[in-house]
Amino acid sequence: MKKKKNISFWLFLAPALISFALIVIVPLIIGIYYSFTDWNGIGVPNFIGITNYAKALGDEDILAALLGTSATPGFWSAFFFTVKFTVVSVIVLNALGLGLALLVTQKMKTSSFLRTIFFMPNLIGGLILGFIWQFIFINIFSAIGSATGLTFFNSWLTDQHTGFWAMVILFSWQMAGYLMIIYIAALQNVPEDIIEAAKVDGASSVKRFRYIVVPMIMPAFTVSLFLALANSFKMFDQNLALTNGQAGTEMLALNIYKTAFTFNNFGQAQAKAVIFFILVAIITLIQVSLTKDKEVEV
Amino acid sequence: MKLWKRISLGITGLLIALLFIMPFYILVVNSLKTPREIAENVLGWPAIAQFSNYVTAFIKMNFFSAFVNSLLISIISIGLIIFVSSMAAYALVRNKTRASKLVLLLFVAAMIIPFQAVMLPLLGVLKTTFMLNRVGLVIAYVGFGGSLAIFLYHGFIKGIPVDLDEAATIDGCSKFQIFTKIIFPLLKPMHVTVAVLNLIWIWNDFLLPSLIVNKEGEKTLPLQLYYFFGEFSKQWHLALAALTLSVIPIIIFYFFMQKHIIKGVTDGAVK
Repeated sequence: MKKKKNISFWLFLAPALISFALIVIVPLIIGIYYSFTDWNGIGVPNFIGITNYAKALGDEDILAALLGTSATPGFWSAFFFTVKFTVVSVIVLNALGLGLALLVTQKMKTSSFLRTIFFMPNLIGGLILGFIWQFIFINIFSAIGSATGLTFFNSWLTDQHTGFWAMVILFSWQMAGYLMIIYIAALQNVPEDIIEAAKVDGASSVKRFRYIVVPMIMPAFTVSLFLALANSFKMFDQNLALTNGQAGTEMLALNIYKTAFTFNNFGQAQAKAVIFFILVAIITLIQVSLTKDKEVEV
Repeated sequence: MKLWKRISLGITGLLIALLFIMPFYILVVNSLKTPREIAENVLGWPAIAQFSNYVTAFIKMNFFSAFVNSLLISIISIGLIIFVSSMAAYALVRNKTRASKLVLLLFVAAMIIPFQAVMLPLLGVLKTTFMLNRVGLVIAYVGFGGSLAIFLYHGFIKGIPVDLDEAATIDGCSKFQIFTKIIFPLLKPMHVTVAVLNLIWIWNDFLLPSLIVNKEGEKTLPLQLYYFFGEFSKQWHLALAALTLSVIPIIIFYFFMQKHIIKGVTDGAVK
């Protein structure tokens, strides 16, 4: 009987496990091995130790990359750009998401219409959004620039600084509505009577928000921060479609992709990918454990 | 609420909504213009709507074939993800052994693996197994989509009482019948969530198809669009028509399935 139960357990698991092993586990293990070899995509890889890691991390001057003055942008430029982008977009996205959620949870006739609109960009892929915004930054912005005479609006995508903000704008437009949905769900779970009681006690709306609402929606912060963080750090499609990494706007995922397919350095790309994996793992684990601590049980 | 507060809130909402709609407006009006009109008047309406842009884009980007490919790949992948993952999660919940805990941990931990970490060797694996085609793409989606789906199903199935299984066993159901006849239908709310989350991802995915399916006639919508855009990037009127064509199906779907989509996203995130 016990044996039979065991067989059915593995049979039920088999399809999921096999596809998972084939697509995730086996490639991950092979990938870690390849990162220590001179693999070029074809032929037999030879073990070369940590050479790929040394090359990947030593492909440019770290200080110049940090200052954004690197002559040959490589791993570190992409790294600092990605970190900067992630920090800014996590803040902007969550502020916007929560702001929109607070707005549409007010008693308004237009509230469900607004939710529909704010969420809409999420359904469209990063690639398409990138191309749409490429048109906007190139054509609409320059039209505004020549109409108003403000040089501020010119050539946003060919400059690292404005290119950075172009990506933040695109990504905020895309994802704020998603985080809004999460915050709405959390806000609706805050019991009405606690708020009412605080009102009776004379707490101002700012105080009610700070001391009652915020602690109660902490789980939403955990999830939203996680999603914003992970999606910003791993961004690829939008980066590729909007600027293709030109003018120093290349993020890590695109840098790895180009190392492999533009420069054919498969081993080095794989070493960068392993570093990328470790970074993603560390960051997400730290974030989740930090914000989980702040959650309160209702 | 005081009247002035309500009015100012309403206006704020509408202004932000306008900001959100603007890119769509820009996309659609300019897709109906001639190149000259785009250069001269980028914000206004076209003098005559150039629907021929759409015809050209439709034919040149092989829209119909790309759309059918995307649709088939999405439906089959999602169907498989739902069936395979719910079955696996059911087995994991009902067997409280060390092995099952370990397997669940493995699936959940894999969620933080970024695609780039497995991208290159995955191509090797698919190549040696002769799966650099649509079949391989579907299996890749099942492999990558499995983690989150199993995690979601696992949380849901824990709430289904074992008594149900036992009663069915007494009635003569096999394990597989218990799953298909009793558990699977009970998971309907979770199926919707899993379907929505995976649809948004799979329908829009570009990188995986670009690496796995490259033959003409096998390309998905985002992939076809990428190549079209590369070729016609200097001709915005056509590029924008192609972009609009690619946006339309998902927007239509959104307006019909809005409730399910929002609920799916909410449930998926809160779990």
